[in-house]
Amino acid sequence: MPVISYIDAVTLAMKEEMERDERVFVLGEDVGKKGGVFKATHGLYDQFGEERVIDTPLAESAIAGVGIGAAMYGMRPIAEMQFADFIMPAINQIISEAARIRYRSNNDWNCPMVIRAPYGGGVHGALYHSQSVEAIFANQPGLKIVMPSTPYDVKGLLKAAIRDDDPVLFFEHKRAYRLIKGEVPDEDYTLPIGKADVKRQGEDITVITYGLCVHFALQAAERLAKDGYSAHILDLRTIYPLDKEAIMEAASKTGKVLLLTEDNKEGSIMGEVSAIIAENCLFDLDAPIMRLAGPDIPAMPYAPTMEKYFMVNPDKVEKAMRELAEY
Amino acid sequence: MVKNRHQELGLTDDQVLEIFETMLLARRIDERMWLLNRSGKIPFVISCQGQEAAQVGAAYALDKEKDYALPYYRDMGVVLHFGMTARELMLSGFAKAEDPNSGGRQMPGHFGQKKNRIVTGSSPVTTQVPHAVGIALAGRMEKKDLVTFVTFGEGSSNQGDFHEGANFAGVHKLPVIFMVENNKYAISVPIEKQLACEKVSDRAIGYGMPGVTVDGNDPLEVYRVVKEAADRARRGEGPSLVETVSYRLTPHSSDDDDRTYRSPDEVAKAKSLDPIITFGAYLKETKVLDDELEKEINDRIMKNVNEATEYAEQAPYADPESALKYVYAEEN
Repeated sequence: MPVISYIDAVTLAMKEEMERDERVFVLGEDVGKKGGVFKATHGLYDQFGEERVIDTPLAESAIAGVGIGAAMYGMRPIAEMQFADFIMPAINQIISEAARIRYRSNNDWNCPMVIRAPYGGGVHGALYHSQSVEAIFANQPGLKIVMPSTPYDVKGLLKAAIRDDDPVLFFEHKRAYRLIKGEVPDEDYTLPIGKADVKRQGEDITVITYGLCVHFALQAAERLAKDGYSAHILDLRTIYPLDKEAIMEAASKTGKVLLLTEDNKEGSIMGEVSAIIAENCLFDLDAPIMRLAGPDIPAMPYAPTMEKYFMVNPDKVEKAMRELAEY
Repeated sequence: MVKNRHQELGLTDDQVLEIFETMLLARRIDERMWLLNRSGKIPFVISCQGQEAAQVGAAYALDKEKDYALPYYRDMGVVLHFGMTARELMLSGFAKAEDPNSGGRQMPGHFGQKKNRIVTGSSPVTTQVPHAVGIALAGRMEKKDLVTFVTFGEGSSNQGDFHEGANFAGVHKLPVIFMVENNKYAISVPIEKQLACEKVSDRAIGYGMPGVTVDGNDPLEVYRVVKEAADRARRGEGPSLVETVSYRLTPHSSDDDDRTYRSPDEVAKAKSLDPIITFGAYLKETKVLDDELEKEINDRIMKNVNEATEYAEQAPYADPESALKYVYAEEN
C-alpha cells in the first residue's frame, strides 16, 4: 500500500472525486494556477481546467455563498478557505445559510457542499494562522464537522464529505500536512462521517482527542507503555455531531479519561464530550475527567517561546496521561 | 390619448392584463394578511404594498420555466408570477404544515419553492446575493441557458454580501440580474442615511456591469430594463444592476409604527402614485381595461383570496415533534 502525506491524501481525494463526478468542483483563493498556498489543490487546475478549479476574488463570504448557491442547484462544490482563521467573514453564510437550508425549507432544498480549511498551530503562524475554530460551528445543527488525523482517514472522510447531501466543514491540520504520512489504498473507499475510531487499544486510561493531537497521544502512549501503563486512544474524527456511543464506550472501558485538544480550554468541544461522559458514565469513572488544552488567551503568539507554551505537545500529553494513570 | 407603450415592448393586451392581475392579487393577499394580523389570527406580516409593479414587471421579463428567482421578503409579486399560489401564501401566513416555503417553520415572507425555482431565503438580509451568483455559475458549468434574478432593498445594498456577490458575478461575467427595490426606507432609516452616492445603480460601475435606475411604479419600464438585462445575460455578456424606485406604502412590518419616523403627508403623497392605481389608469386609457373587466378581475381575485384564507385557516399545523425532522438528510 502506498505511503503518502496527509496533504497528498487531501489532493488525491478531490482528484478522484472530480474524476468520478462532474458536479464536483473547487473554488477558493489561489486554488487554481498556484495550486493553493499549501498546494492542496496541486495539479487539479491542469487536469480539470479553470472552469472546475476556480480562482475566486479574495472574499470569503462570496466563496462560501457562491458555493452554497451552486450546491442548492445540485453541484458538489468544494470551497477552500485559505486559513481557518479567515473563515470569519463567511460565518453568516455558513451558519445562517448552509446549516439551515434543509431545515428551513422543510426538506425542499439542501446544500451538499464541503468547506475545507487548514487550521492549527505549531507552524509559527501567530494569532491569525494558527487557530482552532471548530467550537464556533460545533453547536449548529445542520452542519457536520470533520477533523481527520491520518492520511487514510483524510481520503476516506473527504470523499464521504463530498458525497454527503449536507454541508460539511472539513478542517485539516496544517502542521500535519507534511509531517504525517501513512498508508492509503489506491482504491476508492469512504469512511463514515459521525463515527469515531479507536487508534490504540488500552486498559488503564482513555484519551479522547482529534486531529494532530491524536499523534501526540500515540507518541505519549508508547512512552507510558514502557512503564506498564496501557492507554486507550479514541480519535473523534467527526467533532460534530459527536459519536456519543463511542465516547461512552471508550470512557467506560478504563474509567479514567483525558480529553485533549489544541483549542482553548474553555468552550472547546471537549466541554461537550465531558458532559456526555458525566451524564452517561459517572459510575464507571475512577477519576475526575481531565482536560488538556490551550490556555484561555485569544490565540497563540508568534514568538517561539510563547507559541511553544500555548501548543499541546507529546511531553505535555505524557505528563497529563501519567498523572491520570497514577490517580 | 395616451401612448400605447406595451405594444412597443412586444406585450399583448392579455399580457399586460396578466401583469395587472398578478399585481392586484399580491396587493389583495397582503391586505388580507394585515386584517388577519390585526384581528389576532396571524402573528406577523411583512408587506409588498407599493412594490408590486417592480416585482411583477421584472418577473414577467424572465423565463419562469427555467430562470431562478432569489426573492427578498417583500417579493410576493415575484413569487406569485413564478407559480406560488394565494393558498400557498396564506398557508405560510398561518404557519401551517402544508406551507411549501417552510412547512410553517419560517415567518411569512421567507419564500422558497424548489419546483418553481424560488430559492429558499433567510432573515439576515442579502445572503441570497452570493447564492444567485453560485446558481448562475452552476448553470453555466452545465451549459444551461438560465438567468438568476435576485432582489433586495436599498439598505441591503450596503451589506458585504452584495458587494462580494456582485463583484464575483462581474469578474466571471455570470448571468445574474441584481435588482434593488429601492422603497426609500430601511425600516426607519431614509435613503440619505444609507447611501453616499445618488443612486444605488451608481455602484454598478465598480463591478464592471451596467446599472440603471427606473420608476418602480411603472411595471412596463421595469419590464423593459429587466428584459434587457436578461437578454444580455443570455448572450453571455454578464450581470446587470437594476434599481427600481418606489415607496413602501405600509410600515416596515406589522410590528412597526411608521408614524414615529415619517409624516402622514409624505405617505399620502406616495399613495397618489400607487402603481395599482396608476397602472390601472394606464390600462383604461389604452382601452385594455374597462370597469366591467376590472370588476370581473377584482371578483376573481377576492374569491381566490377568500378561499385561500379559509383553506389555510382550517389547515392543520405540523405535529410538534416534526420540529426534529430534516436537520440532515433522512432515509426515505
